Amino acid sequence: MQKSIEEINTRIRDGSAVVITAEEMPDIVSELGEEGALQKVDVVTTGTFGAMCSSGAFLNFGHSDPPIRMERVWLNDVEAYAGIAAVDAYIGATQESTTESLRYGGAHVIEDLVSGRQIEVRAISKGTDCYPRRTITTELLLDDLNQAVMVNPRNAYQRYNAAINRSERVLETYMGTLLPQSGNISYSGAGLLSPLLNDPNLSLIGSGVPIFLGGGTGVIVGEGTQSSPKTGFANLMVSGNLKNMSPDYLRAASFTGYGVSLYVGLGVALPVLNLDVVRNCAVRDEDIMVGIIDYGTPRRDRPVLRQVSYAELKSGSVLIDSEEIRTSSISSFSHARQVALELKKEVEEGRFTVALPTVSIDREKVNRPMRETRQTPRVQEIMNPHVVTITEDESVKTAARKLLKGETNHLPVIDADQKLVGIITTYDVSKSVLRDGNSLKVSEIMSKKVVVVAPDEPVDVAAQRLDQHNISALPVIDANYHVIGILNAVDLGKLISKKGWHS
Amino acid sequence: MKLFLTIQREVVKKPLISQVILETGVMINVERAHIDSNEGWVLIDIPENERERIIERFSELGVEVKQLENAVIHDDHECVECGACISICPQEVFFFDPGYHLQIEEDRCILCGRCVPSCPHQALSIRQ
Repeated sequence: MQKSIEEINTRIRDGSAVVITAEEMPDIVSELGEEGALQKVDVVTTGTFGAMCSSGAFLNFGHSDPPIRMERVWLNDVEAYAGIAAVDAYIGATQESTTESLRYGGAHVIEDLVSGRQIEVRAISKGTDCYPRRTITTELLLDDLNQAVMVNPRNAYQRYNAAINRSERVLETYMGTLLPQSGNISYSGAGLLSPLLNDPNLSLIGSGVPIFLGGGTGVIVGEGTQSSPKTGFANLMVSGNLKNMSPDYLRAASFTGYGVSLYVGLGVALPVLNLDVVRNCAVRDEDIMVGIIDYGTPRRDRPVLRQVSYAELKSGSVLIDSEEIRTSSISSFSHARQVALELKKEVEEGRFTVALPTVSIDREKVNRPMRETRQTPRVQEIMNPHVVTITEDESVKTAARKLLKGETNHLPVIDADQKLVGIITTYDVSKSVLRDGNSLKVSEIMSKKVVVVAPDEPVDVAAQRLDQHNISALPVIDANYHVIGILNAVDLGKLISKKGWHS
Repeated sequence: MKLFLTIQREVVKKPLISQVILETGVMINVERAHIDSNEGWVLIDIPENERERIIERFSELGVEVKQLENAVIHDDHECVECGACISICPQEVFFFDPGYHLQIEEDRCILCGRCVPSCPHQALSIRQ
């Protein structure tokens, strides 16, 4: 049995279509079988509500008198991209306010507009013969704009990795707060309600398909930026009229230590045309697997601790090495469910019909990392390989001599096997003189917790580490914990001026 | 149940908690404390049926005692029920009901404040 899209839309229009949410589908298929479900169900609605940083809107302000070519524009002190035309700008959700930093950003401007609040528009220009005006400041409401078109380059991720932190310090990320030493796990996504997880082969989701977006009706533009359907990480570029949206489904957020983002409610109504659709929409949380990734490694390719199902993530804890680690979500399942239910209601009441893609999305596409023609410098390129060390049973006096002679402020301390066991600084030595002075041994005054760096780590990572620990040098160690060099903050400074990173 | 003790400068150097434990024989659990030379505060947990006795004795010793209520201020309008607060709270104050609606068991709160910056929607604050 097959159903046509016209058949389903006829039923939607005459009010006889059977519409259910993706959450109800697995049980219906279990109960009626796949054929039975195909006969009974006409439309399955999906929904998701999470932080979708990659969001924004094109705004057209209309012309002032005398007219101005708005070269730079600020909306409530948040800069919008104005290199478009005279009176258009794109406000990006993650752009931060010049005065409020991450407490207020593009997402807040969008939420304010949709909530009916007035925003201050400020623009500057050089002035031209056709656009003589050089500055303008005015207050506008969403209704005052000619167009306010939301265009979100990357939304509704099919799935997203879960995050853990095996490092020693708290991480503040776009996945929320990650406690040290695997203190918690954070995940994002609606699981079995996720639009793309219910159509993993992209047979129903593609360009031109109408969607629920931010409380109004939007449309799928096509594949989202960085979309990777082949690896299960597809996403969508979507668009919609901001004027039809509601603050119930568009919510600005600020992540401490990270920045601003926009929570977007997005749902797709999937026409149940054939058995493939039935099977795909019967997906359960138990079937949806994601990796738990260690965000403690500040690199693109982060270690994967294990694969985990959405069912396990949603249960509240996950076992890692026989330890129970608490989980929580950064996206809202209750709101995702509300999106799917709202969309279901709209279809049932005949206000929302379904459509097939006008242009399909390439399901074979894989996301590639950036091609880097200039590799970022590594620690070994700028470290000082002539590092002076000291053993733990030598005297502080010897240490003082070495520090003076070596013209360094840091002495890595090694044991009999040449392994790094501590570090002492000029400050430690000076301090010890005021105590027992000469009689002390290095082992008695050294810091045992040494922050180190590996030779192949990028210097940016080393710089961040120095900053985080508020220290000025890092011993460079090999795989056997042998000291092979030392990296000074001063060396990093030289590198920046020498290589002209930013020029 | 939790009591919030505000200790004034005049008595801050006295071993008040030890004294009350010895006198009343009540097991007092100190959950959080901040004391400096001028003043301080202590959050204690005691058995509910000892409430009157403990409050009375601390008050006699010059300590201001408040029962900790509504410690977590939750802005319903800002909250989207994402659950970011759930796994980062050491006391498991936050949890979802079966409908994935956020529930808050405020009695468990020890005022650590970790949830406040962890909420992406700035929907949480702690009563101080």
